[in-house]
Amino acid sequence: MPRIKIEDLDRISEEIRRTTLLREGTSRAKITVHMGTCGIAAGAREIMNTLLVEIEQGNIKDIILTTSGCAGLCSREPMATVELKGEAPVKYIDLTPEKIRNVFSEHVLGGKIVREYALAIGSERVG
Amino acid sequence: MERYRTHLMLCAGTGCVSNKSFKIKEALEEEINKRGLQDEFLVVMTGCNGFCAVGPLMTVKPDGIFYQNLTEEDIPYLVEEHFLKGRPVPKLMYFPPEEKEPIPTMSDIGFFARQTLVALRNRGLIDPEKIDEYIARDGYRALAKALTSMTPEEIIRVIKDSGLRGRGGAGFPTGHKWEACRKAEGEPKYIVCNCDEGDPGAFMDRSIVESDPHSVLEGMIVGARAIGANEGYVYIRNEYPLALKRLEVAMAQAREYGLLGENILDSGFNFDIRIQRGAGAFVCGEETALIASLEGRPPEPRQRPPFPAQSGVWGKPTNINNVETWANVPAIINRGADWFASIGTEKSKGTKVFSLVGKINNTGLVEVPMGITLREIIYDIGGGVPDGKKFKAVQTGGPSGGCIPADLLDLPVDYERLTEAGSIMGSGGMIVLDEDTCIVDIAKYFLRFTNDESCGKCTSCREGSEALLEILTKICNGEGEEGDIEFLQELGEAIKDASMCGLGQTLPNPVLSTLRHFKDEYEAHIKDKRCPAYVCKALTSYYIKPAKCKACMICLRECPAEAIIGGKNQIHVIDQSKCTKCGTCLDVCPARFGAVTRLSGEPVPVPPPPEERVLVRTK
Repeated sequence: MPRIKIEDLDRISEEIRRTTLLREGTSRAKITVHMGTCGIAAGAREIMNTLLVEIEQGNIKDIILTTSGCAGLCSREPMATVELKGEAPVKYIDLTPEKIRNVFSEHVLGGKIVREYALAIGSERVG
Repeated sequence: MERYRTHLMLCAGTGCVSNKSFKIKEALEEEINKRGLQDEFLVVMTGCNGFCAVGPLMTVKPDGIFYQNLTEEDIPYLVEEHFLKGRPVPKLMYFPPEEKEPIPTMSDIGFFARQTLVALRNRGLIDPEKIDEYIARDGYRALAKALTSMTPEEIIRVIKDSGLRGRGGAGFPTGHKWEACRKAEGEPKYIVCNCDEGDPGAFMDRSIVESDPHSVLEGMIVGARAIGANEGYVYIRNEYPLALKRLEVAMAQAREYGLLGENILDSGFNFDIRIQRGAGAFVCGEETALIASLEGRPPEPRQRPPFPAQSGVWGKPTNINNVETWANVPAIINRGADWFASIGTEKSKGTKVFSLVGKINNTGLVEVPMGITLREIIYDIGGGVPDGKKFKAVQTGGPSGGCIPADLLDLPVDYERLTEAGSIMGSGGMIVLDEDTCIVDIAKYFLRFTNDESCGKCTSCREGSEALLEILTKICNGEGEEGDIEFLQELGEAIKDASMCGLGQTLPNPVLSTLRHFKDEYEAHIKDKRCPAYVCKALTSYYIKPAKCKACMICLRECPAEAIIGGKNQIHVIDQSKCTKCGTCLDVCPARFGAVTRLSGEPVPVPPPPEERVLVRTK
């Protein structure tokens, strides 16, 4: 490692910004891939991999990608939920790598809900 | 390019490491590889998270799910359920005492939620061995600011205005200390970091160095700039191998980046640090003794003045601050004096780190704003006293501090209020005592420690601690006499007056504060020959109630001294001449019988004669 200059402090911070944001839990969007047994069997793994590649290729740092269990609608798996900061979560169903790429660019990055794959907007109430 | 979507922040503080967190790391990585998740999940070893009671612990980021008490066997299930299938595992989460539902996320657990982190701002969030992660959390920004846009006088002004006071014990205003050293004549000047915390049960400084060594280094470099020093020392006890290692790694990285050494950040300012290992002597908390040890001499304090600011290491102007004080400095420079001064009370600003130990559910390390009450620390953060026992007192300030009783639980914690209550802030040890703790015994414990650690230079400290210890031992042995209390009081005051350094001046505190708040317990020992907590063996007897004994043979078999007489259908009797008062019989006697009792201050009843011990069993 060479000696650094004051400007380099910002450069280093920016380089590992994804790490810091991830640990602070702050992000502009959160994508949850439902990976219960039904989801995995229907191909959720492929959906997850597609998203990982999209995030990597776009060098995107402030999007959280996570998993959860079965969402209760096993016949429409693979499913994913997209939650933009300050907006209601949207559930997408019957996903394929092609569809999730579409959702990623239109909704996650562009802010426009892809209505044709969306099941519902908002979340069921707990309790 | 990394694709990690989850960081597993696994605690590698000394507490968790001794509970095998490195083995857990291996198990995690093996299982993650097996599942093909190695490109998505990164295991990060962090410094101490503070919740040592439930270690090894791990936080899953970004979700914040908190797992505790992990074992290697838990890992395959955890990886499959949570990391592969996305179902967090409740059984590995934290359950508050006596609750049936776990609390999944770290930020909702009372222990963490009530804390304010300044000195520990990066704990659990960075890998302490990676300088880039420190930089990404605003690290070395304060240094850049101090070198480029602030004069040394301005730095000192900010520290003064912030109200920061020494976190090592005495609470001297840090800015004034720096100013005195800056203005002192003589070159070169030295900076010292005291990482020799010696209080039993205290581990604040070790934990800061283990979890965020760069914060201490950065504080020191800023301090050096303010004072005009080009050389510094970290005096660290050799019993802290992990802290030492992380400090060395941090220093090497800082040197590579040019943040330590010649021409720091191209500013023309030079400063480097050397590590001096100490053998762990309590008296080194006294600055002049620490300096003596650092120079290779026996750690004996000397008369002040001259103060170290005028004549310290090698007779040159020297500024010594403790680890926690240094760790606060970058945060103050970055966020300003007003921000820091807005936390805390009128005369005690900012936060304080405490190690919370003893009879408390959530043993660990906590950082709280000054002015928080003892009750909040002990109950809201500490989770109260285990096993439904009653809180008796909290001992603050280590062997130089005192005991604070239950009726002062609402006392706001700051330097002044603790002193008024007969204790001290000290470096932050907080030992909780429950009803099973004998207060005279505790005073004796601390006196034995200070008596051991006295350097022996002053007669009042050397012989005085010996005399105090002798009388306390006598009282615990049931040989206390009329006049002992008055003598303890008088001798304690005399030692305070006559001793030269802080060790001698404070060593009577455990006795004086307990005399003040728990005089009745001393009187019970002396006058009634009774130990209310049944701790002092000479004053305690065990007795089996004949009417309740079911002759089950359990205590008889378990008694290590073979002091229990009896047999099948023969009511058991303790042979008092053989009994070592270990308490085993009381522990093993089934609760439904409850036949074994403790007695103190009263004679042991004569057991029934052998012919009347036959147990007639009725259906």
